[in-house]
Amino acid sequence: MSADDQRFGLQRHVILPGPLPLDGGGRLAPVEIAYETYGTLAPDGGNAVLICHALTMDQHVAGANPRTGKPGWWTQMVGPGRPVDTDRFFVVCANVLGSCMGSSGPATVDPATGAPFGMSFPVITIRDMVRGQAMLLDYLGIGRLKAVIGGSMGGMQALSWPATFPDRVEAVVVIASAARHSAQNIAFHEVGRQAVMADPNWRGGEYYGHSTPAAGLAVARMAAHITYLSEAGLTEKFGRKLQAREAKTFGFDADFQVESYLRYQGIAFVDRFDANSYLYITRAMDYFDLAEEHGGLLANAFRQTKARFALISFDTDWLYPTRESRAIVQALNAAGAPVSFVELSSPYGHDAFLLDSPEMNRVVAGFMGTGL
Amino acid sequence: MSLRADLAIIADHVAGGSRVLDVGCGDGALMAALRDSKQADARGLELDPRNVAAAVGRGLSVIQGDADVDLAGYPDASFDYAILSQTLQTCRAPDAVLGQLLRIGRHAFVSFPNFAHWRVRASLLWGGRMPVTRLLPEHWYDTPNIHHLTVDDFRAHLKERGVAVEGAWFLSGDKKTTSAAANFLAEHAIFLLRGTNQG
Repeated sequence: MSADDQRFGLQRHVILPGPLPLDGGGRLAPVEIAYETYGTLAPDGGNAVLICHALTMDQHVAGANPRTGKPGWWTQMVGPGRPVDTDRFFVVCANVLGSCMGSSGPATVDPATGAPFGMSFPVITIRDMVRGQAMLLDYLGIGRLKAVIGGSMGGMQALSWPATFPDRVEAVVVIASAARHSAQNIAFHEVGRQAVMADPNWRGGEYYGHSTPAAGLAVARMAAHITYLSEAGLTEKFGRKLQAREAKTFGFDADFQVESYLRYQGIAFVDRFDANSYLYITRAMDYFDLAEEHGGLLANAFRQTKARFALISFDTDWLYPTRESRAIVQALNAAGAPVSFVELSSPYGHDAFLLDSPEMNRVVAGFMGTGL
Repeated sequence: MSLRADLAIIADHVAGGSRVLDVGCGDGALMAALRDSKQADARGLELDPRNVAAAVGRGLSVIQGDADVDLAGYPDASFDYAILSQTLQTCRAPDAVLGQLLRIGRHAFVSFPNFAHWRVRASLLWGGRMPVTRLLPEHWYDTPNIHHLTVDDFRAHLKERGVAVEGAWFLSGDKKTTSAAANFLAEHAIFLLRGTNQG
């Protein structure tokens, strides 16, 4: 690849003609994708690794976010000398369809009307996101992936990859994820969506250019944030400690530190995320059921692929608990796929996959052949 | 790196190119040997996450899990060999684990320390204390070996279940010892059994 190839590098954006046929019927055209690449694509294109991001993350996996100036969200995992070594691998991370960081989503202007799509944006699925990523890889000249790696919703995409494109991926890493959304997962998401839609500023999704449903989205984030942490973690961090005061106020200010923390999380979130995107992406996750897409038997999803798999769960993750990973492992075994699995111990609940974990790094490095 | 004596015997008797499940695979030493010298398609199950990480680091496919619980998910006769080395005596339900092993593997290797070895007997007889030996180095309170057995116990159990024995090797130190005197002289026994599904 030539050094001045505009397809490669940080903060890339492409408008592909499409059309992208969608699981829900209909097609998306054109397809906008914001992405970043790291490292150098081998002449045979054989060293490409796709990183799939979680619900509210973005394409800035290892590069600084230009809007916030903050470092990438997974720099301990992806970078020079890291388990996903950008000195060896050509790493691609793209903003998922439906999101609001530059890829097609409800905030994108509909070329047919000249106004943002809003709720007329088609409902997309995890598999649609994956098909969109495949279109990007076609554009980048990447046929086959050395590996696809993701945590949480990124893990769902990673699982969907070998099921959708069995010959395009050699290895799959799925961290803190599941092959389907449980009733409890859907329930928490529905709380978040209802909070957004109950905000009078939501206006059926047509709030662009007006006040945004920030209060509703903040509540949605607060509820979701609780599911990312463990009870023990919350207790250790906050307990019943009061926020900058000596005694309870017998009112409804944020007396407790945990209240203040959650309010901050909610407010910080609305600055960086579009409420409609939150509706669309949580919907995509709720609709995800990889077994259902393959005749009700999860093993069938993996019968065509020759990929090898590594799964990691965390013992305090109650959002996507270990038993969800074990169900995937069992299906992979039944399909005869080479699979490794480990449950790691962490006090941090679901969020553990985003934190620096030497054990997680060791397993991924070992699996990627970058260990020792 | 040289393999532990019982693992070397198992490695010698696995047919080339086989599908192998190593239950309680530790850091994957046997799996790596089978992969490298026998071109085996080796999979492992291991309880300790540090061992799993080490084995995955060797490029092996290992699942963290418990032999007592997690063998149920494997299909019948899905491996040519199912291997349980030095793990039977640590299981909560060794008879059930043996049943799973024979179901999953067309053949099964089972190795275990012999509790009737003369040194163990002497220790208990003359010392009146639970034996602490080379192969059984832990004390009564911290040993993972919760179901001790002898060579004769295992033979009787196999007979009761009608399991066919395809081979047996007995070790004293790293040397082989005879089958006839095994219950007294063997520190260590390795059995090759015929699985219940030949499919």
